[in-house]
Amino acid sequence: MSRQTILTAIRRGLKRGPLPADQMAMLRGRLTQHPRHLIPARSHLPHPEQVDLFTRNVEKEFGSVAHVPDMNAVPGAVTDYLAAQNLPGSVIMAPHPELQAIPWSVRPLLEIREGRAQGTDAVSVQHGFAGIAETGTLMLPSAPERPVTLNLLAETEIVVLRTSAIVGAYEEAWDRLRTELGAMPRNVMLITGPSRSADIEQTLELGAHGPRRLHIVLVEG
Amino acid sequence: MHIATSPAFKENAHQALSNAGLQKALARSGPSFIARRAAAVAGMPEFETLRDTARDIKNHALANLDFYLEAYEAKVLATGGKVHWCSTADDARQAVLAICQAAGARTVTKGKSMIGEEIAINDHLERHGITPVETDLGEYIIQLRHELPSHIIAPAFHLNMEDWEAAFRKAHTDLPADRTFTERRDVLNEARTKLRGKFLAADVGITGANFLIAETGSSVIVTNEGNGDLTQTLPRVHIVLASIEKCVPTLEDATSLLRVLARSATGQDFSVYTTFSTGARRPGDLDGPEEYHVVLIDNGRSAMFGTDFQEMLRCIRCAACMNHCPVYGAVGGHAYGWVYPGPMGSVLTPSLIGVDKAGHLPNASTFCGKCESVCPVRIPLPKLMRHWREREFERHLNPATVRAGMAFWGFFARRPALYRLATRAAAVGLGLFGRRKGRFGRMPLAGGWTSGRDLPAPEGDTFFARYAKAQRAGQVQ
Repeated sequence: MSRQTILTAIRRGLKRGPLPADQMAMLRGRLTQHPRHLIPARSHLPHPEQVDLFTRNVEKEFGSVAHVPDMNAVPGAVTDYLAAQNLPGSVIMAPHPELQAIPWSVRPLLEIREGRAQGTDAVSVQHGFAGIAETGTLMLPSAPERPVTLNLLAETEIVVLRTSAIVGAYEEAWDRLRTELGAMPRNVMLITGPSRSADIEQTLELGAHGPRRLHIVLVEG
Repeated sequence: MHIATSPAFKENAHQALSNAGLQKALARSGPSFIARRAAAVAGMPEFETLRDTARDIKNHALANLDFYLEAYEAKVLATGGKVHWCSTADDARQAVLAICQAAGARTVTKGKSMIGEEIAINDHLERHGITPVETDLGEYIIQLRHELPSHIIAPAFHLNMEDWEAAFRKAHTDLPADRTFTERRDVLNEARTKLRGKFLAADVGITGANFLIAETGSSVIVTNEGNGDLTQTLPRVHIVLASIEKCVPTLEDATSLLRVLARSATGQDFSVYTTFSTGARRPGDLDGPEEYHVVLIDNGRSAMFGTDFQEMLRCIRCAACMNHCPVYGAVGGHAYGWVYPGPMGSVLTPSLIGVDKAGHLPNASTFCGKCESVCPVRIPLPKLMRHWREREFERHLNPATVRAGMAFWGFFARRPALYRLATRAAAVGLGLFGRRKGRFGRMPLAGGWTSGRDLPAPEGDTFFARYAKAQRAGQVQ
């Protein structure tokens, strides 16, 4: 009942009935074509410079980035980061084929479990779908192989991202998502740096409810 | 329902001006918001064009809102979610309670939601034996102190470190009494520890929505803490509270609005967590809610279509208007007496609770125009406040003295020659009387002005006379 009341009231205010068929067709076309608006020039760059811009923006937002030449170098990069932060060598990892293919056994002291995160997990390793240079933002769509809790519950989140997954603007990441995943995933997180709050005296403090640290292992290729 | 104290705006404002803690908080936080927005805007050369785009997107969405809401609903249903259409706050409260009861909920975690404040959902759940837990840090302390937020993006804007310590010591009695709060970090860590268990134990999570997207059936939340994401990911049931005007057509439209939202609000280029939720947990997913409900709320908005106030529905709740408002900066948010303070509240509140209750709010403006100059969707806030003043006057809601004063001024204003003569006489007369000191410490009929400051004595001619002289000299057109 409310549904019809609300729609009728909107139409009455707009001084019309339901839209005529041709206008509805036009709006449906707009939904299907989802035209872009102005995209700021800052990310219109050759790809290597987009990677640099992405890195600079992540660091500006209190995240950190380690560049490695290939996937074989990821276990070393993760182990080194954990040691430098004085964190335990036990991680919960997204069950993503690209992460599973990494030769983790070269670092036997690193304990890897796969699945979603629980409240007790200290470090998570997530698979990065895209990086957006414009603001140093990660795009992490949910999937069985990319659980959302890995982005939220651990104190430290490590994201493995390929440089080829870095794009300039958000719109390019949406297009990649539409092309590669088809339908909209249940959850898409755009993450820019680690959790923070400015609710106490309007002064920024890192480490609110989400991860206190966000580290990106950026893999060439 | 929160009892609106908007009718008592004048008394509220007086109390606010003599509230030392509030004045300390306002003096500290006001300028920093302004500086941070200015820096973010300076870093985005296309910002003014992005504001035009944002305005046009919202105008297009509103002009076709019936179509987009139906398209949105179809997508939510197709992705396994449910939409509950609610005309009134009462409908919305009942819908939320019914979902919680069907889920057998005992505790409910909540992300920050202004529409949740508007429908006073927490009180309603508590009355029915369900415990709501606010998880945004600012909302958490507001809940502990049984207050309303004083700002739409910084609920605890009015509080200082000593208030945080006092509230936490009072509420967290299980923690050692001799613990110290020397830094803000100590407060943050205690809240994190306390709330982590609540996140994990909650049966239902309630969030608001910054946008709804017709193309995909998604709801969007924007946070820095990650509390909204924990709220909507961990419990078995996710409820989204959203008002109808949040609906935009596509991901591209939402993206363009997001480009101006964080910059206008906190001065960030982008918030830490911008999350798009679409339906319930999918086959094979290891986490996420099993039920996804959208409680779609009108509560007075559809009646704003086709009126002077339709433009207000473009508002994306960034708070730039209140951050830049000299009145908000002097009295804070609580003086406004209801959910939405500052210039956007002065326009929206009379629409939602009636101009008879909230007529003081559009009068609490200097018409400096700063709010309109920073609004990311270019809402002409001063013009809309003026519309409310006209309606208040037409409906004879102002006190007799105000009406008499207006009539007195109106008599002269309609007779320009007489007006100039009278103002000239006043300027010359006051100039002569005040010549010695150059100011007046007291003035009949202007006690409200002179009790707080001196009235400068006129130093010569009227504006009209000087303007005419400048024109003759060819200095102005």
